[in-house]
Amino acid sequence: MDSMTLNKPVQAAVTQTVKMSARDVKVYYGAKRALHGVNVDLYQNEVLAMIGPSGCGKSTFLRTLNRMNDTIDICRVEGKILLDDQDIYDPKLDVVQLRARVGMVFQKPNPFPKSIYENVTYGPKLHGLATRKDEFDAIVETSLKRAGLWNEVKDRLHEPGTGLSGGQQQRLCIARAVAVSPEVILMDEPCSALDPIATAHIEELIDELRESFTIAIVTHNMQQAARVSQRTAFFHLGDLVEVGDTEEIFTNPRDERTQGYITGRYG
Amino acid sequence: MTEIAEPMPTAMPVSLHTGDAATKRLKARYAAERRFRFYGILAILFACTMLVILLSTLLKEGTSAFFQTEVKLAVTIDAGVIDPKGTGNPAEWDRGAFQTLVIDALYKEFPDVSGRTEKRDLRGLVSPVAGVRLGQMLDENPALVGQTIDVWLPASDGVNQIVKGGIDRDLPEAERPISDKQLAWFDSLEQRGDVRSAFNTTFFTASDSNYPELAGLLGAMVGTLLTMLVTLVISLPIGVAAAVYLEEFAPKNRFTEIIEVNINNLAAVPSIVFGLLGLAVFLNFFGMPRSAPLVGGLVLGLLVLPTIIIASRAALKAVPPSIREAALGMGASKLQAVMHHVLPLAMPGIMTGTIIGMAHAVGETAPLLMIGMNAFVTSAPDSLLASSSVLPVQIFIWADKPERGFVELTSAAILVLLAFLILMNGAAIWLRKKFERRW
Repeated sequence: MDSMTLNKPVQAAVTQTVKMSARDVKVYYGAKRALHGVNVDLYQNEVLAMIGPSGCGKSTFLRTLNRMNDTIDICRVEGKILLDDQDIYDPKLDVVQLRARVGMVFQKPNPFPKSIYENVTYGPKLHGLATRKDEFDAIVETSLKRAGLWNEVKDRLHEPGTGLSGGQQQRLCIARAVAVSPEVILMDEPCSALDPIATAHIEELIDELRESFTIAIVTHNMQQAARVSQRTAFFHLGDLVEVGDTEEIFTNPRDERTQGYITGRYG
Repeated sequence: MTEIAEPMPTAMPVSLHTGDAATKRLKARYAAERRFRFYGILAILFACTMLVILLSTLLKEGTSAFFQTEVKLAVTIDAGVIDPKGTGNPAEWDRGAFQTLVIDALYKEFPDVSGRTEKRDLRGLVSPVAGVRLGQMLDENPALVGQTIDVWLPASDGVNQIVKGGIDRDLPEAERPISDKQLAWFDSLEQRGDVRSAFNTTFFTASDSNYPELAGLLGAMVGTLLTMLVTLVISLPIGVAAAVYLEEFAPKNRFTEIIEVNINNLAAVPSIVFGLLGLAVFLNFFGMPRSAPLVGGLVLGLLVLPTIIIASRAALKAVPPSIREAALGMGASKLQAVMHHVLPLAMPGIMTGTIIGMAHAVGETAPLLMIGMNAFVTSAPDSLLASSSVLPVQIFIWADKPERGFVELTSAAILVLLAFLILMNGAAIWLRKKFERRW
């Protein structure tokens, strides 16, 4: 697993800076341990895909990255997670600020039952990023453009976000996350509730967003991982089995469990 | 295959799902379904019949209370009688004298009546409190003093009931509250066109009285409104706050579990127990006044609190967790997530629960009896601490009275109470429809 610092043959041109890093992260639900010490780095402007069979802990790990696990009473996290060399589990750290820096898109599109406009401005309002209406208007336009939704909704910004189609709703959620200008975006199976066309749309979008953000995506779909990510991490039964360059993981996995999973022997 | 073939020795490969036995099974199934549907329709019919019986009885008994028989008399308002001190100030008037004026007018109408018994019988045609009505008229228009005016004054309860058919005039004289002579006088009044049936404004503008023709619901309605106001102010904020804390913030441990079980139990505690609690705590310990809307509201507030907490928790639970996650994921604090998203989405459910709880409280009688709200109060309460009655208790009091007039008043008061309840439930449905949101 130390090999992850070594593997950068494809993106040799880009100097990779570590945006987030996890060191020996263990997660417990009550007495049950769900993650047995995960070490992984998220590189700036890269997409890290996390794959693995159901219940392997990939979503759990994703949610430790912006402390969404805090909301579960019995959940306990050990180890260190650094965001720009700052421990995010430091008791002095403000969770609100952390979640502004590390945004999240969920499995099921979950726009607020408010207008499209209000959905996008909720974060900036919350964090006091804008005060005047023209500032909000600008945020809404750029965020929706970044999420590739602007042209479809610009004439009905004040209609409810829940009235959009599933794929549009998910892009609205991405726009909502982007609106607070986070540094990292976490995506928890963002396409699992969408049809293939909407999925293709989101995948394109992820590739564009990579220019400005660091992205971690959990997916069940191995083709998707291969398409959108630069690096892939394979989880199995709470262990991070292998992490490395996506191409290498899919063509030349080192661990036979990875091999078994990507060839479809189990899943 | 062989297992299936064995019990069916026929050569043809008959499916299990065709053939005589199968048809029979199918028939039995359809019969059972038809039977069940029939039972359902029967139950609905039974419920509807009962409802129709209840409502038609109330309407039959109660509608007459909304009308009152009045008699026209030419009353001479003698300044010397009503204002013996001659001050001209209405506050100095001799209020008892108004009835004398009414009776004088009645004697003038029937000049040939003489003798004490006959005169007493004649007086029995108009309400013994008709003078109060006359006094109210003069208060409004003091310029009438010294004139002779035609006024419509309430007839006595006996006459009222004869007109409305509450008492059969063909009964033997001894069984009617009104004698043959009185009937004859009444008939002659009617022939002259001096009897009418008018809308009973008294019912909505007066409070309780010992005379049915003067008794009204105003005091009880105002009392109910004030009491409900206190109940709402007490129970809604506390109930919603408790529900939000228990549902969104409280750790799930043994202690909160015990609280939860106890709240559910409280919802099932007999209401009179809450009345005893109010008596012991609010009246005896805190020394609050008896019969006051404040105390009634506090008691009913405690009574509906568990209902509101349970309904609010259910409404909060029904908000999908994805909304909370979305808000938290945006960097909202837990309180912000609840206040900005969860609570607004739960609001229609909370409002519905609250209104249903309030509707329950409106009809509650027993606990209010414990805190003395069954007092005889003849004026509408002007503050939260004034003595007051409420609708259900007023119904209870009137149902106890022997006069025939109170029977119809009781039914009419029940109709008013039902109207209150229909309004409140209608409001609940309207609120739910208006604020219902899908996600």
